[in-house]
Amino acid sequence: MTVSAQETLTFPASRASAGLAWLCRVWRELAANPLTLAGIMVIVGLLVMAVAAPGMTSYDPLAQDLSQRLLPPSTAHWCGTDELGRDIFARIVYGARITLRIVLLVLAVVAPAGLLVGCAAGYLGGWVDAVLMRITDIFLAFPKLILALALVAALGPGLDNAVIAIALTAWPPFARIVRARTVSLREAEFVQAARLMGAGRARIIVAHIVPLCLPPLVVRMTLEMSGIILTAAGLGFLGLGAQPPLPEWGTMISTGRAFLLDQWWVATMPGIAIFVVSLGFNLFGDGLRDVLDPKTETRV
Amino acid sequence: MMATLRSLSGLLFSVSLTLLGLIAVTFFIGRVVPIDPVLAVVGDRAGAEVVERVRVEMGLHLPLYQQFWDYLGHVLRGDFGNSVLTANPVAEDIRRLFPATLELATAATLIGVVVGVPLGVAAAVWRGRWLDHVIRVVSLVGYSVPVFWLALVGLLVFYAELGLVVGPGRIDIYMEETVPFVSGVILFDSLLAGDREVFWNALSHLLLPAAILGYFSLAYIARMTRGFMIEQLSEEYIVTARAKGLAPARVVWGHALGNVRVQLITVIALAYAGLLEGSVLTETVFSWPGLGRYITGSLLNADMNAVLGGTLVVGAVFVGVNLLTDLLYRFLDPRVR
Repeated sequence: MTVSAQETLTFPASRASAGLAWLCRVWRELAANPLTLAGIMVIVGLLVMAVAAPGMTSYDPLAQDLSQRLLPPSTAHWCGTDELGRDIFARIVYGARITLRIVLLVLAVVAPAGLLVGCAAGYLGGWVDAVLMRITDIFLAFPKLILALALVAALGPGLDNAVIAIALTAWPPFARIVRARTVSLREAEFVQAARLMGAGRARIIVAHIVPLCLPPLVVRMTLEMSGIILTAAGLGFLGLGAQPPLPEWGTMISTGRAFLLDQWWVATMPGIAIFVVSLGFNLFGDGLRDVLDPKTETRV
Repeated sequence: MMATLRSLSGLLFSVSLTLLGLIAVTFFIGRVVPIDPVLAVVGDRAGAEVVERVRVEMGLHLPLYQQFWDYLGHVLRGDFGNSVLTANPVAEDIRRLFPATLELATAATLIGVVVGVPLGVAAAVWRGRWLDHVIRVVSLVGYSVPVFWLALVGLLVFYAELGLVVGPGRIDIYMEETVPFVSGVILFDSLLAGDREVFWNALSHLLLPAAILGYFSLAYIARMTRGFMIEQLSEEYIVTARAKGLAPARVVWGHALGNVRVQLITVIALAYAGLLEGSVLTETVFSWPGLGRYITGSLLNADMNAVLGGTLVVGAVFVGVNLLTDLLYRFLDPRVR
């Protein structure tokens, strides 16, 4: 992150231009790291698969063809076929939609919840802080997958319930991070200045603290995505997430397990998909952290 | 001394609050989250009479706070109710199965520490060289790969293709229950009974699942060790030690590693607790008769008492491991004392 003399002397003309320059800088630094770039490519690939699934394969992910069952990978079926003669590659491609849906739904619940809890605890302090952080600690005291399992057991198996269960177990780290940032900002000079000028609590939190909590939150979100994907796949594998015939990757591994020794591709191929996507998010998250939030090296 | 006592009692207070919270969470999952907890127990084919009887038996006609009070009393006495599936008290099932999980997690953590710490140290010493990159990849893969899939691939390669290890299960069927149950940890019990055959058989069954789980703790431990060591190696006392001519090995292993041991203990404890989670999926794949498989098995049979009892025990072990780490931390680090 070297800033040349030229750059320090010229000032952006407007807010938009400053924002754009910042985006450009972030992008340049991200693209400079080949591993981060690889991660971005994986994520873009996942998006393309989800959006353009029908264009990527001519097979129907649900269409059964028992004369074609359990065929090894070939030029006709790139990843082979499963026990009902469905093309595994097509199922993986369509499965990207399910994975993406789970991740986005969970994040849409968890990030705002973490922001709310973290800001409230960090800025208000006192008993609010004590109570909220105690609750956070209790949720952190359960291993995520096991708490999610218990929740799904109570709610009943299914994709939506899996999303609810994962969301209920995934918010604590976000609240922790936002709280830490808020506490460090609470007595900062610019916040004191805003307070002196008569800004209320809500305004200080929304206009001054939340924007500065976003970078670590975004970094955390990308790093947590792989965890969410793995938990969702684990629930699917145990038969508690998406239900057959939906082409969810974890569920596919679970059915492939019965054929593991003779038809290895049925269980192996969807696992590779999970691995690559979660690796992509990890690589991207690592790179993003180096650029946006360089001080925190270790991960929880 | 007073300060130590006060901080210790503060710690105990906070731990008991967390435990109370755990119990509250499982209570809510069992009683409040299901649309009809009675239905979850008796199934949808039971008559109205049975439903009403179970409702009263479960205390569901009482106000919620009283239900929670009763639940708390039962849990604190170690009574998690009976398992529908095995018809035993859940607490008894857990006592019988937990040693198997403990055995697996301990073996895995041992692998993680014995391999992970030296790898992390090496990565820090040769930072930016090829070994560092290899270790970075190893730990990234560990963060990204689904544990149940790696277990399946491990079975496929090492058991089915290469025949290097024995198959799933904890011990060959004909050897089951040949050694007396003392601790429940077969490796230990068989040594105690002096039965070598059972010992080797159990060890060969343990090898693959422990290696798979161990890989995950290795990835985590190596990565964290690397971070800690890099921090220490840039300190001035290291430069001093080098300048006065100490052997590099002594500087690294004696001085630097000595100073990160407290942080390392935290990481190892976290890895150990994290394996409890990984073991749920690994035990399912390897038919390992432990707590994880008990929870998932009960889950598929809608056996809520067993699921919640198991969940609570795992949560409590989690809290216990963290408490132990905290205490060790205080003991080993004079600055905290």
